[in-house]
Amino acid sequence: MAELELKQADFEPLQKNEADAERIGGPSRTFLQDAWRRFKQNKLAMFGIVVIIILAFLSIFGSMISGHNYYTNDLINANKPPSAEHWFGTDALGRDLFARTWYGARISLFIGLMAALLDLVIGVLWGAISGYFGGKVDEYMMRIADILSGVPYLLVVILLLVVMGQGLWTLIIAMTITGWINMARIVRGEVMRLRSEEYVMAARSLGASTSRILKKHLIPNTFGPVLVTLTLSIPTAIFTEAFLSYLGLGVPAPKASWGTMTSDALPALQYLPYQLFFPAFFICLTMLAFNIIGDGLRDALDPKERK
Amino acid sequence: MLTDNGKLLEVKELEKHFSLDGNKVLRAVDGITFDIYKGETFGLVGESGCGKSTAGRTIMRLYDATAGQVLFDGKDVHSKKSKRELKAFTREMQMIFQDPYASLNPRMTVKDIIAEGIDIHGLAKTKKQRSEMVMELLETVGLNPEHASRYPHEFSGGQRQRIGIARALAVDPSFIVADEAISALDVSIQAQVVNLLKRLQHERGLTYLFIAHDLSMVKYISDRVGVMYLGAMAEVATSEDLYNDPLHPYTKVLLSAIPVADPIKERTRERIVVEGDVPSPINPPSGCRFRTRCPFAQDVCAKVVPAWLEAKPGHWAACHMNDERYKDHFAHVKEEDVRV
Amino acid sequence: MKKILEVKDLSVNFDSFGGEVKAIRGVTFDLHEKETLAIVGESGSGKSVTAQSLMRLIPMPPGKFADGSIKFEGEDLIEKSEKQMESIRGKEISMIFQDPMTSLNPTMTIGKQIAESLIKHQNMSKKEAHERGIELLRLVGLPNPEARIKQYPHEYSGGMRQRAMIAIALACNPKILVADEPTTALDVTIQAQILDLMRDLQEKTGTAIILITHDLGVVANSAHRVAVMYGGKIVETGTVDEIFYNPKHPYTWGLLSSMPNLDQSEGELQAIPGTPPNLLDPPKGCPFAARCPYAMKVCENHMPDYAELSETQKTACWLLDERAPKVEPPKSAIVGGVDQHAHR
Repeated sequence: MAELELKQADFEPLQKNEADAERIGGPSRTFLQDAWRRFKQNKLAMFGIVVIIILAFLSIFGSMISGHNYYTNDLINANKPPSAEHWFGTDALGRDLFARTWYGARISLFIGLMAALLDLVIGVLWGAISGYFGGKVDEYMMRIADILSGVPYLLVVILLLVVMGQGLWTLIIAMTITGWINMARIVRGEVMRLRSEEYVMAARSLGASTSRILKKHLIPNTFGPVLVTLTLSIPTAIFTEAFLSYLGLGVPAPKASWGTMTSDALPALQYLPYQLFFPAFFICLTMLAFNIIGDGLRDALDPKERK
Repeated sequence: MLTDNGKLLEVKELEKHFSLDGNKVLRAVDGITFDIYKGETFGLVGESGCGKSTAGRTIMRLYDATAGQVLFDGKDVHSKKSKRELKAFTREMQMIFQDPYASLNPRMTVKDIIAEGIDIHGLAKTKKQRSEMVMELLETVGLNPEHASRYPHEFSGGQRQRIGIARALAVDPSFIVADEAISALDVSIQAQVVNLLKRLQHERGLTYLFIAHDLSMVKYISDRVGVMYLGAMAEVATSEDLYNDPLHPYTKVLLSAIPVADPIKERTRERIVVEGDVPSPINPPSGCRFRTRCPFAQDVCAKVVPAWLEAKPGHWAACHMNDERYKDHFAHVKEEDVRV
Repeated sequence: MKKILEVKDLSVNFDSFGGEVKAIRGVTFDLHEKETLAIVGESGSGKSVTAQSLMRLIPMPPGKFADGSIKFEGEDLIEKSEKQMESIRGKEISMIFQDPMTSLNPTMTIGKQIAESLIKHQNMSKKEAHERGIELLRLVGLPNPEARIKQYPHEYSGGMRQRAMIAIALACNPKILVADEPTTALDVTIQAQILDLMRDLQEKTGTAIILITHDLGVVANSAHRVAVMYGGKIVETGTVDEIFYNPKHPYTWGLLSSMPNLDQSEGELQAIPGTPPNLLDPPKGCPFAARCPYAMKVCENHMPDYAELSETQKTACWLLDERAPKVEPPKSAIVGGVDQHAHR
């Protein structure tokens, strides 16, 4: 180190600000903001978000862009391959497949998101109550869940079909009936882990009621795993819808979903592969995107940063 | 309203057992008796598994007692109580927890954490009042007002502990249980928190139950101290008496084992060495629990449970060596022989 | 006594989200045969990072050696390959950790864990390793070692596990034992046993010990020499007597003042106000300046050089410069020394 030129004045006492000792540098950042920053650094996850945004955009504006709608029959132009006029080609009734794909996107995405959301609401409530109270309450609640998960859901779907008829909501309800169980189990596990944390004990010692503890302390702290599970249950729902539609239990014509489109396209697969290709491709792409986002969220929300 | 004898807390034969799988019972607290006077700091020490934390939580009714009684200001804490009565108790008795990283909800702002008690008991009529109360509390514990909008993970351990103290103070309690409140902090930060607690006690007339395993810190902050071993109380005395004239062999061993920050003393002092590990609280030894490691143990120690006796004024111990009936059994035992 | 370890200007950084954390910044110290060097500091001081760096246990990335050398018996450990380090770890330099429960493999018997190192480093057969294992368990004071050697860690108590860890660490007679807060998680009566054990073993085997701790009582009990760390740097080194009876650094004074000892009954504990510095953006001058009651203008901008007060005591503080005002340590930092309470 070079010789320092120091003066006598340098050895005078340093004036210090009392408040400086306790100051926290930097802007306030919540855990979520930290997580979002980590998430943004994950290129793959951001790619997934971009894909979903593009798909959402297209599902809203798709048919407007192409100028065709999803239901007009045009038998003369039936079963045409992709061209400048019909970017994805036409189906057996001459309907523009591009428009139908994006209409189908709306339906499929709606079903997927709705089912996932209902799973969320039911699952979180069920799991939180079961996990917090433990004991007999937990036993009974979980036994009900176990029984339900044992019922083959295809049976449930068919039963509902008989009762409610074919339709959007029939599908959604059918998927929700057993779909919430996974979320409930995850939330239950988290709540059981969290309920013995000291901040919960502190809330109890302050006189907090059970509902307050659940609402303010337990459920908000299950956010991470819940969000991840939610994100990963969307592709499951989309695929289930596709599967049910393939079995003929999906939305009735002229409505279309990606599932019904794949189902319709199968008989002519050898000759008109493009009719299957597009819906199948987009089902896969959507599922992939949500899975990537879910993984990215799981990594970003991982509380390894706990000092 | 204060009982005549100045006692804020009376603990009588308190027991807390946990049942484990296979019909086993963990006797975490197995019959302890002591009093805490208004305005004093009572230190409760012991090593791991002695039941001191469980005792603290049972006293506050965070756990229901298995047997025995806890009287707070003359009122029975564990008797059947309405929700309202229980809630009223939470304003009187508050707790500060050990782990500064786990005792604050990571999703809440400091403001909301501190104001939780205020919200639950409706102590603030307007948002403004709530804000003011929180700011005042922050200042009291030595933090800046701008800290109110921040989140726990942005603070150091010592600062978080102070937030915990502010939270406890928000409901204006008269009794605070500090459950290993400084054990997880660095030494120089411990001193900060201890000084703060002392100052608050002086300003607000608080009564403390200070649970810890660091006997030097406990001796410094407490007026009277209780030593626990394996669920039972071994000795209770004033800090001075406990240190200068320990009556229970376990206390002597404990004092002996603490290394002193003074090299010459460490090199030259004589110690009582104890062998082995602490027995399991599921199956404590018969008679005196400490007998398996006690350097003075005699036959009577295995057969008879020592009585909780006031061997000297204000100085209780559970050891046959202080019992008139059994003193003779120890006549031949000399402490010098046991020192190393 | 011969020097076996020479650490010079060691600097280690960590890549993190916020930037580069300068965990240790220019740390220099030596270790001699058969001595116990205590490295004292609080959280964030860099003492654990220093200990782990000696054995190259820091994952790199995100860590990296920014500067300095670690010379063990004349050779720089930083230059060695991972394979070369593997034959040094456990054989020449061993480590024991704070929490014996998580540092022992719960799915292997204690015997197997001791044998691992013996078989690898000393080419013993399984039978020989088993015999030596029993010997080692007896050496560390475990009763009934023949039975205990076949048990799993969860069947041991905390104190016993720590003894087992010491046995594993000493299996190959290492020259250096690095003990990272070995007694912090133990009860005080067990701590006393373990400290006695380590001292006995040092007598018997001549191993040098680096003892990382924050407990000054443990330092007074076990150490020959002490290095005090703060903010990633060593602020003072000396023999244990020098550090306790003639400390010259305000942080050392602060540490000594903030501890109650059993002889003290009155007065306020002299706490050190404030919190340790942020090592993402360390202060350019003395790391302790923000909290030092004697801080001068020069302290904020320039890191002080080490003043050599004796052959063994070095302190980095501007107060020791001849131009600085003379300052006496506060009364609360003065340690007794004379054995006043012989009955204890």
